[in-house]
Amino acid sequence: MKKNSIAILLNLLCVILGIIIVAPLAWILLNSLKTNQELFKNSLALPKVWQFGNYLKAWNLGLYKYFGNSLLVSVISLSGILVTSSFLAYGLTRFRAKGSNLIFIIVLGGMALSEQVALVPLYKILRALKIYDTYAAVILPYIAFRIPFTVFLMRAYFISIPRELEEAAVVDGYNSFQIFTKIIVPISKPIFASCAIVNLNFVWNEFLFANVFLNNKALQTIPIGLMTFKGDLKIDYTTTLAGLMIASAPLIILFVCMSRQFVRGLTSGAVKG
Amino acid sequence: MVLFFVYIPVLMNIGYSFFRLSSYSSGAAFVGADNYKRFFSDQVLPIMLKNNIAYCVVSLVVQVGFGTVLALILESSAIGDRFKGFFRNLYYIPALISLTAVGLMFTFIYEPNIGFINNILRAFSLPTYGWLGDSKIAIYCVIAMSQWQFTGYITLLMVVAFQNVPQDYLEAAAIDGAGPVRRAVSIMIPQAKEQLLVCTIITVIGAFKLYTEVYATTAGGPGNSSQVLGLFLYQQAFLHDDLGMAAVTGVFIFVITVTLSVIQIRVTRSGQD
Repeated sequence: MKKNSIAILLNLLCVILGIIIVAPLAWILLNSLKTNQELFKNSLALPKVWQFGNYLKAWNLGLYKYFGNSLLVSVISLSGILVTSSFLAYGLTRFRAKGSNLIFIIVLGGMALSEQVALVPLYKILRALKIYDTYAAVILPYIAFRIPFTVFLMRAYFISIPRELEEAAVVDGYNSFQIFTKIIVPISKPIFASCAIVNLNFVWNEFLFANVFLNNKALQTIPIGLMTFKGDLKIDYTTTLAGLMIASAPLIILFVCMSRQFVRGLTSGAVKG
Repeated sequence: MVLFFVYIPVLMNIGYSFFRLSSYSSGAAFVGADNYKRFFSDQVLPIMLKNNIAYCVVSLVVQVGFGTVLALILESSAIGDRFKGFFRNLYYIPALISLTAVGLMFTFIYEPNIGFINNILRAFSLPTYGWLGDSKIAIYCVIAMSQWQFTGYITLLMVVAFQNVPQDYLEAAAIDGAGPVRRAVSIMIPQAKEQLLVCTIITVIGAFKLYTEVYATTAGGPGNSSQVLGLFLYQQAFLHDDLGMAAVTGVFIFVITVTLSVIQIRVTRSGQD
C-alpha cells in the first residue's frame, strides 16, 4: 500500500512538472494565433478565429532571411565540428604520439574557457583578418569553441569500440584512413547523432558572437533576427510571438524525431563512471 | 585552430587589460593596473557579484540537485516504462529553444498587464507583481526562467549516466535488502559521479558567463539592478567603447571559472582516493 502511494505521488510530481514546462509554451502558441485586440482583452481566452496568417506575416517580414542565414551557418559549422572532432578524437584514442597527451589537455582545457573572455580579442583578430561581418566571422569561432566538448564526447565512445575490429581490417589491407571511414564512422552513428544535436543546439541558438561579429542585417542569424524583429514590430505582439514559435520549431521537431538515437549515443559513449 | 581562436584570444585579453583601447581604432596606451582599479571600485561590481552568485547557487540547487533527483525518479520503477522517455524528452524541450527566444517569450509571460503569470494570479484573485520591471525581483525572474529552461537538460544528462550503471550492482544490492533510496544514494550516485561533476562545472561556468538571458529580458535594468558580469563586459566594450575595462571583466570571469573548475575537480579526485 505504502509503496503504491509513493509511486502515485511521484507520477503526480512528473505530471505537474510537465505542466509547468508546457504551460508557458502553450500560452505563447495560443496568443500567436490571436489578433492583438484579443491578446490585450484577455490573454487566457481562445481566439474567435484562429489567425494562422500571423505566421505567414512573420515569415514574410524577414524571418525567412534570418532562417536561411542560420541554416547556412549551422550546416557549415556542424560539418566542420564533426569532421575535425572525430579525426582528433580517433587519433587521440588510437595513436600514442609524443604530444598526444598535451593535445588532449589543451583540447579539454578549452571546455573551461568561456566565449566572453575571448570576445574582445576575437573581435580585433577578425577585423585584422578582414573577415569581420562575414559568415566566416561566426563559423570559425563556432568550430573552434565546440571542438573540445565534441572531442570529449566522441573519445569516450571510440574507446569503447573493440580493437579486434580494426586489427581484422589491417589484415585485410586497410590503411588508417580507410579503417576510420569504413569501420569506425558507420558503427559510431549514435554518437555522431548526439554530437550533431548538441552542437546544432549551440550553433542555431548562439547569440553573443553572432551579435558582435555580424553587423550587416543581411547576414544575421535567427537569435539576432528575433531581437531586431521585436524592435521593428513594436506593438504587433502576436506576429512577434508567431516569429518566436517559427524560430524554435525546427530543433524541437528534429529532437522529437531523433531522440532515440540521441539518448542511445550518449548512453553507450559518454562518461563511463 | 582551438589554439588560434580560443587560447590566443584569452591570452590577448589578459594583455589588453593593461591598456586603454577602443573598439573602433587601433591606438593603445599602457595604463598599468588602472583598469583594474576602476573595475574594483565600480559601484556596480557588488550588484553583479550578488546576481551572478545568486544565479549560481539557485542553479546548483535546482538544476543539478533537483535535476538529479528527478533523473533518479525517472529511472526508478515508480514511473511506467512507457512514460519514462516521454517525460524525459518533454523536460528537455525548453533547452532546445534559443536563449533569445526564451528571453523574449518570458518578457511576454512576465508582462504586468497582458502577461501569463499576472493573468493567472488575477484569475485566482491573488495580488499581481511588476516582475521584470521591479528592481527588487527582476534578477530572480531571470533566474527562475533559466531553471525552467535548463533543469530538464541536466536531468537528461544524469538519466544517461544512471543508465550506464551496471545492472548487476543494483540487483546485488536489492538482494542484500537495500531499498530504492539506499540504492540510489550508495550505488547510482557514486557510479555517476563523473557525470555529476561535469554537470556541476557546466552549471557553475554558465552562471558566470550569463549574458543572453539578461540581455533579452531586462538588459541589466531597472537601473543596474539585474546587471551581470557577462553583460557588463559587452556593454563596456561595445556601448561605452572601453575595451580595457571589458578585458578586465573578462580576466575576472576567467579567474573565477577556472578556479572553481579546478576546485571542483580536486574535491572529486580526493573523494576517490
